[in-house]
Amino acid sequence: MSRPATSAPARTRAATPHAGAWRRLLASELWHDFVRSPTALLAAAVALLCVGGALLAPWLAPHDPSDLATLDLADSHLPPAWLADGRATYLLGTDDQGRDMLSALLYGLRISLMVGLSSVTLSVLLGVTTGLVAGFAGGVVDAALMRLCDVMLSFPPILIALLIDGVGRVVFPHAHDVLAFAVLILALTLTEWGRYARTVRGSTLVERHKEYVQAARLVGVPAWRLLRRHVLPNVLGPVLVLATIQVGQAIVTEATLSFLGVGVPPTTPSLGTLIRVGNDFLHAGEWWITLFPAVVLVLVALSVNLLGDWLRDELNPRLR
Amino acid sequence: MLPFILRRLAQAVLVMLVVGMGAFSLFQYVGDPVSNMVGQDASAAQRAQLHVDLGLDKPAVVQFARFVGHALTGDFGLSLRQGREVSALIAERLPATLELAVVAALIAIAAGVPLGVYAALRRRRWDGKAAMAVSLLGVSLPTFLVGVVLIEVFSVLLGWLPSFGRGATVQLGAWSTGLLTLDGWRHILLPALTLAVYQLALLMRLVRAEMLEALRSDYVKFARARGLPDRVVHFGHALRNALMPVLTISGMQLGSLIAFSVITETVFAWPGMGSLFIQAVQFPDVPVMAAYLCLIALVFVVINLVVDLLYAAVDPRLRLHGARAGARP
Repeated sequence: MSRPATSAPARTRAATPHAGAWRRLLASELWHDFVRSPTALLAAAVALLCVGGALLAPWLAPHDPSDLATLDLADSHLPPAWLADGRATYLLGTDDQGRDMLSALLYGLRISLMVGLSSVTLSVLLGVTTGLVAGFAGGVVDAALMRLCDVMLSFPPILIALLIDGVGRVVFPHAHDVLAFAVLILALTLTEWGRYARTVRGSTLVERHKEYVQAARLVGVPAWRLLRRHVLPNVLGPVLVLATIQVGQAIVTEATLSFLGVGVPPTTPSLGTLIRVGNDFLHAGEWWITLFPAVVLVLVALSVNLLGDWLRDELNPRLR
Repeated sequence: MLPFILRRLAQAVLVMLVVGMGAFSLFQYVGDPVSNMVGQDASAAQRAQLHVDLGLDKPAVVQFARFVGHALTGDFGLSLRQGREVSALIAERLPATLELAVVAALIAIAAGVPLGVYAALRRRRWDGKAAMAVSLLGVSLPTFLVGVVLIEVFSVLLGWLPSFGRGATVQLGAWSTGLLTLDGWRHILLPALTLAVYQLALLMRLVRAEMLEALRSDYVKFARARGLPDRVVHFGHALRNALMPVLTISGMQLGSLIAFSVITETVFAWPGMGSLFIQAVQFPDVPVMAAYLCLIALVFVVINLVVDLLYAAVDPRLRLHGARAGARP
């Protein structure tokens, strides 16, 4: 992961001297390659479709899964519409409580994406700031922050998330359902910020010795402004790649935790809880409750990973 | 070399102390240890007595020292859920998890390395690209989903393999193994495969990247210029150099295999440490959580330490700087 850190800024620095123009150029260069890559286009289309479906869920979904009044137990366990027992009103069938699967899926996707995006945003903010400070300050601050990073990174995310969740249960034994989202997002954030911190610190160490930084320093640009306006744009390339891949990772981790029964509250439809519920009915031959959320989960993870992969190759052509 | 080893050891101890502090604060401050240990009908005097007996009236530093002392002897107290020694619970379940992780690692290496080499050598052909696409699918597939699908196909539809438990085990001293019976192998196959899929895909991508790097190097160009056959250049020169970082990373991945087994063990009702941990999180059972945390940390710290020392032994430059520059991907 350290390779794009050195190559991307070097390439762009050679192309243009300052940040505003660089950003526009990068956009156009990326765009140029993007529209010519079928893989990237397809992945982006799938990702956009998922995001769009999630955003527009209240308008697209035929039923509101949180509205208990519309549920009818007589409609439970119905197969998808194209099967013999299916009904046209329930395109993808219903689950054990008579919830419309298509609606549950759209709302579930909404929750999964919300958790994934907010945890990645938070960990990017936390990690990039830490990395910039550590790389720029050096010395004791750097050593302390990086050791902390090492400790966090030496544990797999799923374990830390589980642990934080467990602690959340002990501290708030009764309010757990309310706080489940906060605990979940916190857990995902705390497990991932270290990667950004380490990457950004590495790039910052390289950047801070370059002439443009020295020059800005000599002119008397204050440290925070120097970091934000001059160093930050030049270290963001690898962060972008990492963040893209991490969105997929966060969604999968959320689904995993929810599947294990320690993620979002069991009554909330997220991709993980839907698969968890469906798994109980899989053996009874009711495959649709599990299959549709599972396919959507894999599609989201795969498209995001494809995009991240493409972006990394784009910023670091040596791996192609 | 000696100063490097000492500094690295000190770092490892420091990390363990930090983790220990986390576990200690779990123990002491999350929930009330006294009411965890006595029944509902204990009198105030009994509670106060236990408070003193546990040393809860002492300064936090003294309590932490006590905790570390106990932890070093493997004493993490009693499980709140089962009322048994945490160390005994973990010792009982350790073999199941380790066997699962080792079998999964073997599957991942046996398939991942050849596939990665193949994808690198045929990177411009359709089959090399297809291999990469499949590996991306492998990385994207959530572990629990792989487990659910494998159970559905091989246990429910085909009825070939069992879907839960360890099957027949043989007791070798304190170690119960499932690897000596046919039934045990039948039981371990699906969970090990589930656990291996992600690592396999990851390993394959890593091998491919390292191979591509090696194939671009000057010594490979020179070997080609000398007129050596492709087979010798690919496997004698490139692969040999590509495997070094791969070995380190797969060593370090052994730790995450143990951690990832939490998911696999839950899906397959595998009686290992992972399912113990999940139950502890759901209950919540603080001593078990704390002990598991310390144990996993120890595994990671030891693996990292060994890797670092091996690297230093191989590459003298690292002894001066103490950083493992090229080791991480």
